[in-house]
Amino acid sequence: MSDDILQVENLKVEFSTYGGTVKAVRGVSFSVERSKTLAIVGESGCGKSVSVQSIMGLIPMPPGRITSGSAKINGHEIIGLSAKEANKYRGVEIAMIFQDPMSSLNPTMTIGDQISETLMVHKGFSYKEASKQAVELLEKTHIPEAAKRAKQYPFEFSGGMLQRAMIAQSLACNPTILIADEPTTALDVTIQAQILELMSELQQSEGMSIVLITHDLAVVAKMADRVAVMYAGQVIEMGNVDEIFYQSSHPYTLGLKEAMPSNQKDKGKKLTPIAGSPPDLFSPPSGCAYYARCPYAMAICETQMPDEFLIATDGDKNNNQKDSDHYSRCWLQHPDSPQVDSLYQSGRTNVS
Amino acid sequence: MLVRTDKLKKYFEIGPKQQLHAVDGISLEIEENEILGLVGESGSGKSTLGKTLIGLLPNSGGSAFYNNELLPQKFSAADHLKYSRELQMIFQDPYSSLNPRMTVLDIVGVGLHIQREHTKKQIKEEVASWLAQVGLNADHMSRYPHEFSGGQRQRIGIARAMIIRPKFVVCDEPISALDVSVQAQVINLLDELKKSMGLTMLFIAHDLSMVRYVSDRMAVMYLGVLVESGPADEVFFNPQHPYTQLLIESNPEPDPTTERQRSHIPIKGEITSPVNVKAGCRFASRCSKTMDICMNTTPAITKISEKHTVACHLFS
Repeated sequence: MSDDILQVENLKVEFSTYGGTVKAVRGVSFSVERSKTLAIVGESGCGKSVSVQSIMGLIPMPPGRITSGSAKINGHEIIGLSAKEANKYRGVEIAMIFQDPMSSLNPTMTIGDQISETLMVHKGFSYKEASKQAVELLEKTHIPEAAKRAKQYPFEFSGGMLQRAMIAQSLACNPTILIADEPTTALDVTIQAQILELMSELQQSEGMSIVLITHDLAVVAKMADRVAVMYAGQVIEMGNVDEIFYQSSHPYTLGLKEAMPSNQKDKGKKLTPIAGSPPDLFSPPSGCAYYARCPYAMAICETQMPDEFLIATDGDKNNNQKDSDHYSRCWLQHPDSPQVDSLYQSGRTNVS
Repeated sequence: MLVRTDKLKKYFEIGPKQQLHAVDGISLEIEENEILGLVGESGSGKSTLGKTLIGLLPNSGGSAFYNNELLPQKFSAADHLKYSRELQMIFQDPYSSLNPRMTVLDIVGVGLHIQREHTKKQIKEEVASWLAQVGLNADHMSRYPHEFSGGQRQRIGIARAMIIRPKFVVCDEPISALDVSVQAQVINLLDELKKSMGLTMLFIAHDLSMVRYVSDRMAVMYLGVLVESGPADEVFFNPQHPYTQLLIESNPEPDPTTERQRSHIPIKGEITSPVNVKAGCRFASRCSKTMDICMNTTPAITKISEKHTVACHLFS
């Protein structure tokens, strides 16, 4: 039996628009273990946020539609539940913080009241009890003068303090899973360090699992235990953090790494951008979505999406779970494909 | 020396007896064909410095020189016409810095149009050639900004600045709104343009790794003042000012091993308000090495090696 808190299987989400149907999430599976951090990385528009928002029930339906898939929290299916039933989990077992704290909090309510509201709705606290607990929560996230700050409105807080307040709110019902959607993208680097530090600290004291959505590989390196790399609505590589960074096996993961400056002293190395842009998800390609941008593209890539190829496993063989496996959806991992190890190191040449 | 400022100041009046000291006496020098990277937290006055430097905002004191020529305190229309041929700016947000009601032809060609030295046909040809140089297509000319992605819009902004063939460009966070893969495209484009046109740049950003990668020299700004400047690698690998050390320490690296070995120094507080600042070191309230002198005396700029300067009492 694995220790998975959250299991997402083959999730597919579509949006109907005037221009057609956008297939935003095309079969995403991942799982999160207790007290561990899963990072989901990818470019804007690759379906990171939509995946987790659909789990949280935050996708407006219509136009959104979950066409298939399941998401289980502690073994309980939460997709397809009525709003009332789902509320037993959402906000309680699973909480979420957002990228832009300024626009995610209600500007007309005090910070304390917004936190109390969560407690009153989910735990049936009286206003007085809830207000008291709200101050304790703010203290837990290291907001100085919490009692005074609880009576203030969001505009009186700085960005970093707002993010702390939002974390305090998400902690109200002691969630087992915290979903953090780009929690530090809008913040300065010193404040980012403070918030990430706070999240790690709370993860240890509360035993939460964290799903961290980000496009910043440096944040991934700092926080993650496991990493899912997403591209065009699919997870194209998944593995433990070291495997993703040191044994990247999908050209897209490699491309992301090469596009960032390293902090090593050899400065002369030119950045290698990924040419082109992600595919149109109105009519996603039938083959590998990365085909058009991939320097190693082969004929088969254009027509067939590869399955998951197992790169490394360190779980025992009887365990059918993929909790600790490293796998990648790329034809280069097929035993019959040309060997490109040397190319991975020497640069970007086309494999024909 | 292409660009030089001497105690340049920019204050904003924000209320009765309330002054916001956005740029508070900055002296810097930028050599021809050099990229000076400017880093600092939001609210430290980086963008205001860039805008004041090229006359988009009138300064409140001190002086700025271009080619040893004193720039006016406040640019008149004629000054703008004169200096915009040499001084240009690329803006941070490629969504709000392009007029949504203008076509790409009008946006990119506006500089030439204002100069009134080109016929419509010439402008069109120039625009087409610049669109090609920044990696767009001449067919894109008749389109509107909303039809482009973030990276493409940033290229339009770059073409708009470059079509004038300026000598000095202020790049105000040109990549922070872009995805990682696209950031590298824009950085490489700027690098090529720098080489082919002999550009000098002030590169403003908060991504330390990227600034260090792009710049020859690096300057660190905190609440309107420069706290440290020097060759990019020296500042990055051997930071001296406690604030620079804090910035570098907080900057995560895309490498899990390094991150696991990182020491966890607690970071105190947030950037304080730049309104009615008092004497003393501005970083004193967050600094881990504060001394009595820091509270009441503004530290002078001290040379610690030939090109490396620090404004901190630890070194005076």
